[in-house]
Amino acid sequence: MRSTWVTPGGVHPPENKHQSLTMPIGSLPIPEKLLVPLSQHIGAPAKACVKVGAKVLKGQKIAEATGAVSVPMHAPTSGTVTAIEDRPIAHSSGMSAPCIEITSDGKDTWIDHKGVADFEHASPQALTKTIADAGIAGMGGAGFPSAIKLSPGHRRPINTLIINATECEPYITADDSAIRERAAEIITGIGILSHILGNPVNILIGIEDNKPEAIAALEPHVADTGISVVSFPTKYPSGGEKQLIYILTGKELPSGQLPADAGMVCINIGTTYAIKRAVVNGEPLISRVTTMTGNACGINRNYETLIGTPVSHMLAHSEFNEHACSRLVMGGPMMGFSLTSAEVPIVKTTNCILAPSYSEIPDDEPAQACIRCGMCAEACPASLLPQQLFWYSQAEDHDRLEAHNLFDCIECGACSYVCPSNIPLVQYYRHSKGEILKAREEKVKSDHARERFEFHQQRMEQAEKDKEAKRAARREAAEKAKATVAANAGTAKEGTGPAPGSAADIIAAAQARAAAKQVSPEEQQAKFERSIAGAEMRVQMATDKLVETNAKQTEDQKNILNAALEGAKQKLEQAQARLAEHVKKHSEQVK
Amino acid sequence: MIESIAQQPILAALIAMVGLGVLFGALLGYAAEKFKVEGDPIVEQIDELLPQTQCGQCGFPGCKPYAESIASGDAINKCPPGGQSTINAIANLLDVPAPELDAEHGEEADLRTVAYIREDECIGCTKCIQACPVDAILGAAKLMHTVIAGECTGCDLCVEPCPVDCIDMLPLTEGLKQWHWPAPQNQLDIIASDRSGHEAPSNEGRAA
Ligand code: SF4
Ligand code: SF4
Ligand code: SF4
Ligand code: SF4
Repeated sequence: MRSTWVTPGGVHPPENKHQSLTMPIGSLPIPEKLLVPLSQHIGAPAKACVKVGAKVLKGQKIAEATGAVSVPMHAPTSGTVTAIEDRPIAHSSGMSAPCIEITSDGKDTWIDHKGVADFEHASPQALTKTIADAGIAGMGGAGFPSAIKLSPGHRRPINTLIINATECEPYITADDSAIRERAAEIITGIGILSHILGNPVNILIGIEDNKPEAIAALEPHVADTGISVVSFPTKYPSGGEKQLIYILTGKELPSGQLPADAGMVCINIGTTYAIKRAVVNGEPLISRVTTMTGNACGINRNYETLIGTPVSHMLAHSEFNEHACSRLVMGGPMMGFSLTSAEVPIVKTTNCILAPSYSEIPDDEPAQACIRCGMCAEACPASLLPQQLFWYSQAEDHDRLEAHNLFDCIECGACSYVCPSNIPLVQYYRHSKGEILKAREEKVKSDHARERFEFHQQRMEQAEKDKEAKRAARREAAEKAKATVAANAGTAKEGTGPAPGSAADIIAAAQARAAAKQVSPEEQQAKFERSIAGAEMRVQMATDKLVETNAKQTEDQKNILNAALEGAKQKLEQAQARLAEHVKKHSEQVK
Repeated sequence: MIESIAQQPILAALIAMVGLGVLFGALLGYAAEKFKVEGDPIVEQIDELLPQTQCGQCGFPGCKPYAESIASGDAINKCPPGGQSTINAIANLLDVPAPELDAEHGEEADLRTVAYIREDECIGCTKCIQACPVDAILGAAKLMHTVIAGECTGCDLCVEPCPVDCIDMLPLTEGLKQWHWPAPQNQLDIIASDRSGHEAPSNEGRAA
């Protein structure tokens, strides 16, 4: 037997698993309406690729993956798309999110599909693509797209494949019953994974020793496959990725590292079954095993449940007594969350619906002050200091929270479970994690705004400088002109010899200003000459016209033309006179 | 040499000390020049903590000028967009007690807002563009303008100059992506013996 390691901390809550294991996995009648949320996984939500009113077949793709981290969605049964809109989904916030509603036609007709039986001959890339196209996301709880885990890309080669069959949380038996009934298919699924990952040396199925039947079911199938079934003592929580890796290999993943960085891949055992169905049978992920349990239900068992089945539908077929039920929980009692409505659908990550009675899970007792007993620190599987984190969370001291590795907390709830003061510790951590992530996001935003603001400032300054420069250039040009004219005026005045003194200066300056306003004499002469040339041309034109029209035109028109000719002649004379005057003045000035 | 030191120990010690002083002085002087920090680090640090909304509610033309003013001794509670958390952060940085937000400068808003131009009413006057501190408005004279929502800090400065009042400040709705767990309802005493903010149990109660 392989040796196993023991994680720190942990608790032993009542298991309550036997209730739901008395019957084999059952099936529910197809609900009238199924609600498929577009985001059931970690990553970008899928994008609907069907329209309202479209007829769909079972297994038909109804939403495409968007971006690198995303999975597509498929119709869980045949029928009509009756709505694509926001509906309440299973989320701790009780908020709504986009969903596709399918009204079943009751026929449950499959779309054409086929798989590959001899997957050993398929390329790992093709198999990974099949898994991605089948919409498979981790079914243990987190919902990380499986295909991404299987293509570790540039990372180190994978030498250890770990199959997580821990199912350590009380009440949940979905994996347990699936292993009991479907061991052969699960092992095929593991074979596919092993083939994709290039046959890692170690293939370990980690399972707690409270599932002897499941272990017995696996044993005959793993003989001669190189797969080892490793059982270890039951303790909550052993199913966290980091915890399981430590239990099986004795390796501790440093904070922030992924298993792939250490050459490992960790996959939930329910997911391996879905992978087998996708590859060998060509079926996308449209149903899963979900445990229906709790004393408020007359029937406690596992169901093969279509994704999108409303929780209420499941309850209706399980002799649910609403008055006896203290709350509806999706997931287990430790890590699950209360549902605000029974109309929310089962999704790819829903392993359990718990309908406990008041005696099973009483309402929260009021929290008391922390008595510094240290029991939480002893229970923490991640070796954190829960009471210290609680303190900092209350003080909103984000730096200290991060320094105390808040992000290594797996939110297992072991600390809250043991806390004698009933402090809702995990909720504090969840809140603080959210706040820190929000603060980080805002920091990015505000840095960006600062950059834009600084650029804006710079731009304004530059514009101001440009304007100033233009103004300065204009002023300088004016001064230069003034200086030349002043110099000219100076030479002109030399002969007359202006009397020294301020009055003379002022007159000189005034004259200079007046002169500066005028263009230089040469230019002025040229201008006059131009206007004479223009006038001459007009006279010529008028004469021509008159000559041309003389013969055939009436008296009136002749008069008009004559007048025009007269006008042009006058203008010419004026221009000539002005030129003569200018030339005289200029020559005088030069003298 | 050794002889003269032996003869004049006081003088030798004096010379040695002065020599060391000069040496280290030169070293420090050199280091101060060589490793000089550009700008005022404390201003940068304060500016890092301010929300960069650039709204001017603090009475300064932007966050940086306010940061400079804080560095030279101004009150730290004048920034409404930053609210109490920013005040706390600055107080923490400067090691001073954190006051409440100065209500004179405005109230802390619960929700972030972004400007939205009702585009068919926009006359293209470019007044809002000139007002925007982060160049988040796109448009040209006599053409319709629009706000690039991702760049808008929600500073409100473009609303007032608009002659036809076609700019609204819309609250940013919180979606699933932004949602995170709220803090547990009743804030607890941190530890049982910590009676901060409470009256210490008095003998009177016990006597009664
Ligand atoms: S919830 Fe977090 S802090 Fe509490 S025991 Fe689990 S890992 Fe530790
Ligand atoms: S278990 Fe509860 S009371 Fe004890 S130290 Fe931890 S938080 Fe405090
Ligand atoms: S009030 Fe406005 S301008 Fe002043 S620091 Fe705060 S966000 Fe910046
Ligand atoms: S668009 Fe308006 S509210 Fe937004 S940053 Fe610019 S001026 Fe401020």
